[in-house]
Amino acid sequence: MERTAVRRRLTWQAGTVTEIREETATARTIVLDLPDWPGHLAGQHLDVRLTAPDGYRASRSYSIASAWTGSTIELTVEQVPDGEVSPYLVDVLKVGDPLEVRGPVGGWFVWRPDSAGPIQLIGGGSGVVPLMAMLREHAHASSTAPARLLYSVRRPTSVIYAADLKKLAMSDDVDLTFVYTREAPPGEPRVGRVDAELLAAKAFAPTDDLTTYVCGPTPFVEAVADLLVAAGHDPARVRTERFGPTGGPR
Amino acid sequence: MGIVSPGFTGRRRSGTELPPGQYLTRDFPVLSAGPTPHIQPEHWEFSIATESGEVHKWDWPAFLKLPAEEITRDIHCVTRWSKLESEWKGVSLDTLFADVETSADFVMAHSYGGYTTNLPLDDLLDGQAWIAYEFEGDPLGAEHGGPARLLVPHLYFWKSAKWVRGLVLSDAEDLGFWETAGYHEYGDPWKEQRYAGD
Ligand SMILES: Cc1cc2nc3c(=O)[nH]c(=O)nc-3n(C[C@H](O)[C@H](O)[C@H](O)COP(=O)(O)OP(=O)(O)OC[C@H]3O[C@@H](n4cnc5c(N)ncnc54)[C@H](O)[C@@H]3O)c2cc1C
Repeated sequence: MERTAVRRRLTWQAGTVTEIREETATARTIVLDLPDWPGHLAGQHLDVRLTAPDGYRASRSYSIASAWTGSTIELTVEQVPDGEVSPYLVDVLKVGDPLEVRGPVGGWFVWRPDSAGPIQLIGGGSGVVPLMAMLREHAHASSTAPARLLYSVRRPTSVIYAADLKKLAMSDDVDLTFVYTREAPPGEPRVGRVDAELLAAKAFAPTDDLTTYVCGPTPFVEAVADLLVAAGHDPARVRTERFGPTGGPR
Repeated sequence: MGIVSPGFTGRRRSGTELPPGQYLTRDFPVLSAGPTPHIQPEHWEFSIATESGEVHKWDWPAFLKLPAEEITRDIHCVTRWSKLESEWKGVSLDTLFADVETSADFVMAHSYGGYTTNLPLDDLLDGQAWIAYEFEGDPLGAEHGGPARLLVPHLYFWKSAKWVRGLVLSDAEDLGFWETAGYHEYGDPWKEQRYAGD
């Protein structure tokens, strides 16, 4: 595994929410103005900290959804039922509110615009967030690296960034495939999970310069990463980020 | 001094027994940087290499012959979940280091799949660390680092290298995989040493 050098003390900084966009019934994009933001790489995350009036605090990690273009960054949060932090970010937080963050963090699950090799992005649910940052960085930098996104969602209404993705797909820079696990839109007969056949048909075949990024709930990442390795991808070129519950006690 | 988040009250589900900033889970989340390596025990080998180049090696049958301990400890992940009283079986590093002659202060743990993490040797000895191969009565699953992982419960869990294959001793401290990517070089959960400089 290659090394990345990002060592610098991270401090909490307060941003202001300037916009909130409804992505799906349960996901929101939060646009934050952060005057002291040091910049980030596509794929990095930050920690969000909430403080109650009596000083009680809770923090969680969120991927950065936007490319670094200045002092504005975007996060996209999917509400976890019964969660502590995500319901606040999705339902309570308003435009004009302050929000404390610390970051960026993580130097491995990142894509740099000077990397020329093809990029295969495979996301499940809110796992598309850091992948979207990579696609945005790809567009922003006018990268000519071939890029594909395979995006697994339950149903058409669960698609995050639907409008942005449609635009990217039309621009020919990105090859986009949706995988519907519960309910497909009219005209799209396949309902089911990502499997070997689908990867063979829609994902890049392994090459020496291909990097694959897989992000989503743990069972999704485990299944997809195992399929990729079985299909001959070099494990060292498959980068993963897992978030969310495992769905079982172990 | 921090800012107050308008309308946030919080759940306060984390008990007082948890390090700051952690919440309790019954789940056992999986976090790793790449695909899960599937290492067959018959291909597994574990080694300790000293600063003078001496190498101590165990294959799976030799490893299983070493005296094992049952370990019950709380574990804390830097992504903020903690799991209380997790039950493991493994070989104490005191046992593995019994015949190792070293005056080195630092260790780099190396894993199948290429992962590395750095630790002070003092944190691995005196009943503080194990090479674990069972979790809650079953062989350790591959996604959790099976067939065997390092277990150093008093540090954030990324130090407990999954799929561990060896320890390399040295006089100077070097940084491992996450430590190079911005995480703290030591990682004490009680001091909230999450990121470099904390
Ligand atoms: C590097 C990283 C990046 C992330 N990026 C995003 C992102 O871009 N968008 C997004 O919506 N979320 C992201 N997450 C997940 C996020 O950090 C929170 O876990 C999520 O928002 C739930 O928090 P909560 O406080 O609402 O729920 P909690 O109060 O933490 O938990 C609610 C219930 O769900 C379970 N649960 C929830 N999350 C987890 C988890 N991570 N591990 C284990 N169990 C869990 C708990 O066991 C609990 O029963 C990311 C996580 C990581 C580690």
